[in-house]
Amino acid sequence: MGMKEKLHQLKLKYQGKKMAPAFNALHTFLYTPNETTHSGGHVRAVDDLKRTMNTVIMALVPCLLFGMFNAGYQHYSAINGFPAEFSLFEHFLTWDNFWLGAITILPLVIVSYGVGLLIEFIFAVIKGHEVEEGYLVTGMLVPLIIPVDTPLWMLAVAVAFGVVIGKEVFGGTGMNILNPALTIRAFLFFAYPTWMSGDKVWVHDAVNLAGTPDAISGETILGYLAAGNSEGMYEKYDLAEMFFGFIPGSVGETSTLLILLGGLFLIFSKIASWRIMLSAVIGSLVMGLIFNGAVAWEWIPEYSKFYGLMSFDFWKHLIVGGLAFGIVYMATDPVTGSQTNKGKWIYGFLIGFLSVMIRVFNPGYPEGVFLAILLMNVFAPTIDHYVIQGNVKRRLKRLKNATILPKPSDSKAEGLKVETV
Amino acid sequence: MSKDIRIKKGLNINLTGAAEQTTSKAVLSNVYALNLEDFHGVTPKMLVKEGAEVKAGEAIFYNKNIEDMRFVSPVSGELVEIVRGARRRILTLKILADKEQVYQESSAIDVDKVDGESIKTALLQSGCWPFVKQRPYDIVANPDATPKAIFISAYTTAPLAADIDYVLKGKEKELQTAINALSKMTPGNVHVSIGNSAVSPFTNISGIELHKVSGPHPAGLVGTQINKLNPINKGEVIWTVTPQDLVIIGEFLLTGKFNAERTVALVGSSVKTPKYYTTKIGAEISTFLYASGVNEEKFRLINGDVLTGSRTSPDGHLGFYNNTVTAIPEGDDYEFFGWNKPVFNKISSTRALTFSWLNKNKKYNLDTNTNGEHRAFVVTGGYEEVFPLDIYPLQLLKACMVKDLDEMEQLGLYEVAPEDFALTEFVCISKQPHQQIIREGLDLMYQEIG
Repeated sequence: MGMKEKLHQLKLKYQGKKMAPAFNALHTFLYTPNETTHSGGHVRAVDDLKRTMNTVIMALVPCLLFGMFNAGYQHYSAINGFPAEFSLFEHFLTWDNFWLGAITILPLVIVSYGVGLLIEFIFAVIKGHEVEEGYLVTGMLVPLIIPVDTPLWMLAVAVAFGVVIGKEVFGGTGMNILNPALTIRAFLFFAYPTWMSGDKVWVHDAVNLAGTPDAISGETILGYLAAGNSEGMYEKYDLAEMFFGFIPGSVGETSTLLILLGGLFLIFSKIASWRIMLSAVIGSLVMGLIFNGAVAWEWIPEYSKFYGLMSFDFWKHLIVGGLAFGIVYMATDPVTGSQTNKGKWIYGFLIGFLSVMIRVFNPGYPEGVFLAILLMNVFAPTIDHYVIQGNVKRRLKRLKNATILPKPSDSKAEGLKVETV
Repeated sequence: MSKDIRIKKGLNINLTGAAEQTTSKAVLSNVYALNLEDFHGVTPKMLVKEGAEVKAGEAIFYNKNIEDMRFVSPVSGELVEIVRGARRRILTLKILADKEQVYQESSAIDVDKVDGESIKTALLQSGCWPFVKQRPYDIVANPDATPKAIFISAYTTAPLAADIDYVLKGKEKELQTAINALSKMTPGNVHVSIGNSAVSPFTNISGIELHKVSGPHPAGLVGTQINKLNPINKGEVIWTVTPQDLVIIGEFLLTGKFNAERTVALVGSSVKTPKYYTTKIGAEISTFLYASGVNEEKFRLINGDVLTGSRTSPDGHLGFYNNTVTAIPEGDDYEFFGWNKPVFNKISSTRALTFSWLNKNKKYNLDTNTNGEHRAFVVTGGYEEVFPLDIYPLQLLKACMVKDLDEMEQLGLYEVAPEDFALTEFVCISKQPHQQIIREGLDLMYQEIG
């Protein structure tokens, strides 16, 4: 008896039992179910939610792998000094880098998936519905948008908060208002701010070594700019490094190149909305241009604390910090984003626009993508409401010219009335 | 001023097993049956008892709510069985056919000389009326209404559906009579849509507004054409008739006989030699299914096309409105890692390691597997790509699910029928039952608003 038959027998055994959703989740992971159509159409397209989520994960894997190499690279470079003549294979794609990255980042991935899926399974069993696949992507996103040294217990607490409060209380996958991954990120940011910002958290071991003679540090590009230290930043990093991602930052957000490729793959496979991505890019460019203009027109004096970030060339905002990652993987979440095509244009534009605005004006922490997306998550239903009202109004307008014809029985009734009078 | 319709949004589902254009006469069926589920919303009241002898075209039951609306037997014989379901609801009426068919005869009607009301009465009496359906609600038309227009779609884009141009060849006279009759019942136009290049029997028919339609499915659905030409507003009524039913109406008007004969396409990848058969409404499907032969033991037999038909079995009977019978393989099997490996042999509307976008004309052998489990609505934007109506499909479905009558009305539920949501259901990543949701929404609305 093959595995297929054995699992089929087990499925029949579990049918109707409390643990059935948990078993089915594992079963359907191995085999697409033997379910056939029972209402409506008799055939269905091949895509299901698992395939959709899997496609997003595939687009994320390059970012994860790059993040591992980069974790090692940043760590060893902070200790030994950055190589004068950078060579990709000699200094970046090395086993040492990968090993260090793997042992620091894989635990994050495991904790994120472990805690999150455990909660999903528990809720599925309690509520008696199937385990939905939404967390497969969330669980992968979370390790990629936090600093490399985030303590595992903190992550576990944040994931539990994010999944329960951000998602399950609303009814689970498909019902949530806020992006769960960003809810987790926001929880970490507000609960443990010292672990989420500063120049110590972006490089592995920097926090442990702080105050010792071996102290190391690594500031993000935005950190340099917020401190008004543009020269220092340009001395250390050139544009190519920013674009390819050899810079400090959250685990998976640094390589704009890989994010761009991931985004193109998601657009090609029709999984993520190109409308949101494109309009978010436009929105951030517009806001960046406004800031550049404000500097060029000399509205902002050089001693202003916003000068550094506002004078940063508008298009470079896209290749530093989490903006590109947020646009491609977070803003395009279909559940929390706008659901109408017109709404997606507005929603995306405002995300880009607000991201750059918050990034520049945020006094404590020079980044704003996750705040901008969470804010727009809240407004997405409102945007959709007004878009749909357009359709409703068009229908009402048409109603004015409706040709409502009298029923044959009306005239008969009319005749009877006259007779009785 | 006929207007041509060009549809861009949609999806053609190309399946193997299209019918060859040859027609055979099906073996006579012993038992004919009327499936009452074909008449959605009709509460039947029997006119004859079990065991009674009926003639072909003799009324056997009527609609309790609209007493003039009669439903007749397709053949003469003995009403052998009234199959009842839960709460004694009548499901099927079975008639054992006589060897010699006797028709209930009435005099032929000269359509040009009588008015709309008397045509209506004649159609109601003769059992031809149920062929006329109405929107809103997608039910048998209420005769106590004046439609603003009548729509007939003579262009099929549904997968493997019978080619109307072939089936109706030589029936111009019946069609013309039926069209003349229908046009007396509306002050508006009778709209007929035909394919762009086809040689349609409607090209020479007068008294109609002829439209040429092109584009992928659902361009051929009458709901799409209504939405593009003359969308329904609240309070308005539109009637729809399928072309093959026009023939029966036309023949009745010409001869005074209800002749239930029609040409049916037997299609699908489970059929050995898919082709056309002439048979009668209610005939047992096995009478022509096994003449063509089947390829496998486990197949799904469908009264209608794969998107909108209803499930049946070889001992089931041809539906009242169907001119297509489809047989496709059952897909009740597991597939190892079917959710993440590249797929070449199934249709997809995305490109997520699915490759049906490579060759748009490739024909597929789809089975009935759902390819995944039921989930909450997650992905957005996919329905709009296959839904050409000026309606927000996801939002309308959600309004129906939460039974919000105001929103259902505002978002345009009056304009749709379940079949309009067959494609969104096909591409639905969450495998939601769209047609059922819309049907329940329409039923609720009919109940509450009427």
